Amino acid sequence: MPGDQVLIRRPLLTLRQRDNIAGYLFVLPWLIQFVVLIAGAMIFSFVISLQETDLLTGFEWVGLENYRNVFKDAFFWKSLRVTAYYTFLVVPLGVALALTIALILNQKVALLSFWRLVYYLPSVVAGVAVAILWSWVLNPRFGLLNAGLRAIGIQNPPRWLYSQTWAVPGFIMMGLWGAGGAMLLYLAGLQGIPTPLYEAAEIDGANRWHRFWRITIPMLTPTIFFNMLMSIIGSWQVFTQAYIMTGGGPNNATLTMVLYLYRKGFEHLRFGYASALAWLLFFIILVFTMMIVRSSQSWVYYEGELKK
Amino acid sequence: MSLPTHMQAKVQERVGTTDWQVIAWQAARISGKVIAYAVLSLGAFVFAIPFLWMLSTSLKPEALAYNVPIIWIPPKLRFSTYVEAWKLLPFAKFYRNTIFITLVNIIGLVLSSSLVAFAFARIRFWGRDVLFLILLSTMMLPSQVTLIPLYLFWTQLKAVNTFWPLIVPQWLTNAYNVFLLRQYFLTISPEMDDAARIDGAGWLRIYSQIIMPMSRPALGVIAIQAFAWNWNNFLGPLIYLNETPKFTVAIGLRLFQTQQSQKMPETMAMSIAALVPVLIVFFFAQRYFIQGIVITGVKG
Repeated sequence: MPGDQVLIRRPLLTLRQRDNIAGYLFVLPWLIQFVVLIAGAMIFSFVISLQETDLLTGFEWVGLENYRNVFKDAFFWKSLRVTAYYTFLVVPLGVALALTIALILNQKVALLSFWRLVYYLPSVVAGVAVAILWSWVLNPRFGLLNAGLRAIGIQNPPRWLYSQTWAVPGFIMMGLWGAGGAMLLYLAGLQGIPTPLYEAAEIDGANRWHRFWRITIPMLTPTIFFNMLMSIIGSWQVFTQAYIMTGGGPNNATLTMVLYLYRKGFEHLRFGYASALAWLLFFIILVFTMMIVRSSQSWVYYEGELKK
Repeated sequence: MSLPTHMQAKVQERVGTTDWQVIAWQAARISGKVIAYAVLSLGAFVFAIPFLWMLSTSLKPEALAYNVPIIWIPPKLRFSTYVEAWKLLPFAKFYRNTIFITLVNIIGLVLSSSLVAFAFARIRFWGRDVLFLILLSTMMLPSQVTLIPLYLFWTQLKAVNTFWPLIVPQWLTNAYNVFLLRQYFLTISPEMDDAARIDGAGWLRIYSQIIMPMSRPALGVIAIQAFAWNWNNFLGPLIYLNETPKFTVAIGLRLFQTQQSQKMPETMAMSIAALVPVLIVFFFAQRYFIQGIVITGVKG
């Protein structure tokens, strides 16, 4: 009988082999993504960066010429300064603001869910609509911000997006308006700190100040670290604001790196040059990521490492 | 029962506090609360006021919109700005396109990320840990590095001006979501799937009947984030879509802004129209979303 034979026959594959096959079938979507759209594209991106090409009419091999030209390009250095300036202000200020709100909200305030909603809603709306809103908020004559500044007695408020000095600070304010996302993360982190820690410290005579610096902050460092890393990576890639609100102006005061890359590639059709810019951006982000990760060993506290 | 002497002293100190000390202590506590609420209210005012100003401006006639100082409540609310501005460009089409792309991508992202995350969390297969390390390292890669080759790739496939370049990558997962879901799956005890395995269940059944139903909060977070990301995505549609009927809300709004840049009520009205779906979804999914942050975000 055929049924009996099936029972006797040993399985074609061992359990381990079957798991290997199943595993690869499950991760197949990511494998395709990685091989074609990430690794393949990266290699190709590097090859393009060694060419002069508009992608349509042809490719001309120029070796490292694009990279050499980038370093001689005043616009590149300008975009690097603009983006660095933005990142180094918006990231620490964002961490400080989000942490402050989270700490206040963690003090058993009434109407917690109302406050939380008000603070985090601006962070979920992003993109073009917000950029348009803020380009009006920052309008020197009719804008909300200057109306507010005049109302508190500032006679000559900055011209924001029309001023080389104040355009990036305008972007930073818009960025801080979205601090609510990080605030949620910190709030969750604060609520995860076990209360016995505080009770023990109180018995040992630690005052509020000590409890804050010796318990709250150390216990929160993993969250701060994660959030800082993500926002540094994101800030280096700032694009939509610059594209919509200022187009990089005035006088390139808001020419961010990705805006410059976009312009070189998709407007001037110099895709080789743009690819070289992309690789330099990647390199910069990599350096900062490594620095943060390195530094984390001295300031990020993980519970599991206590007894080392 | 006797306390050590230094503690006795402390108790006495407490008991012996005079009334004015208690009052001072209470006053400090209350004033601390007052300051906290004052700061909170001021902050909330600053965070909310751009929205209110936007709404107010969109309902004002042109002439009042530019008035200094700001007129917060116009004598007559003008809703017709919305109707008129809506007709200036095929916004209905932009919405249909965006809703289509967003829904398809939410399904694709949830499905593919959960499958991949499941394998990394549960199945022991050859090379798994190395592959996971590679996946983690791709999280750092700025998308600009692959932007140009991918553009060339989709041009070669004649897929520019279609939705394919915006959809296919998300059906092939995203490292960040895989990472979050794997973390979540690891918190589910493996005892249940061991039992199911003994009963002869395959991996696909364990995935669909044990892990997925138990992971609704984490899947919800991923779906909501995918919604917001796709709804707001700008660079992708900007590069791949260049015929107006194919536009999404984001680039349609950009087009509107370049044409009507000097008209504050109109641009505000259409910006509100673009924001409202996201605000509604987040308003109703708030509890769910915050719960998800607690689950997936902190250990990040």
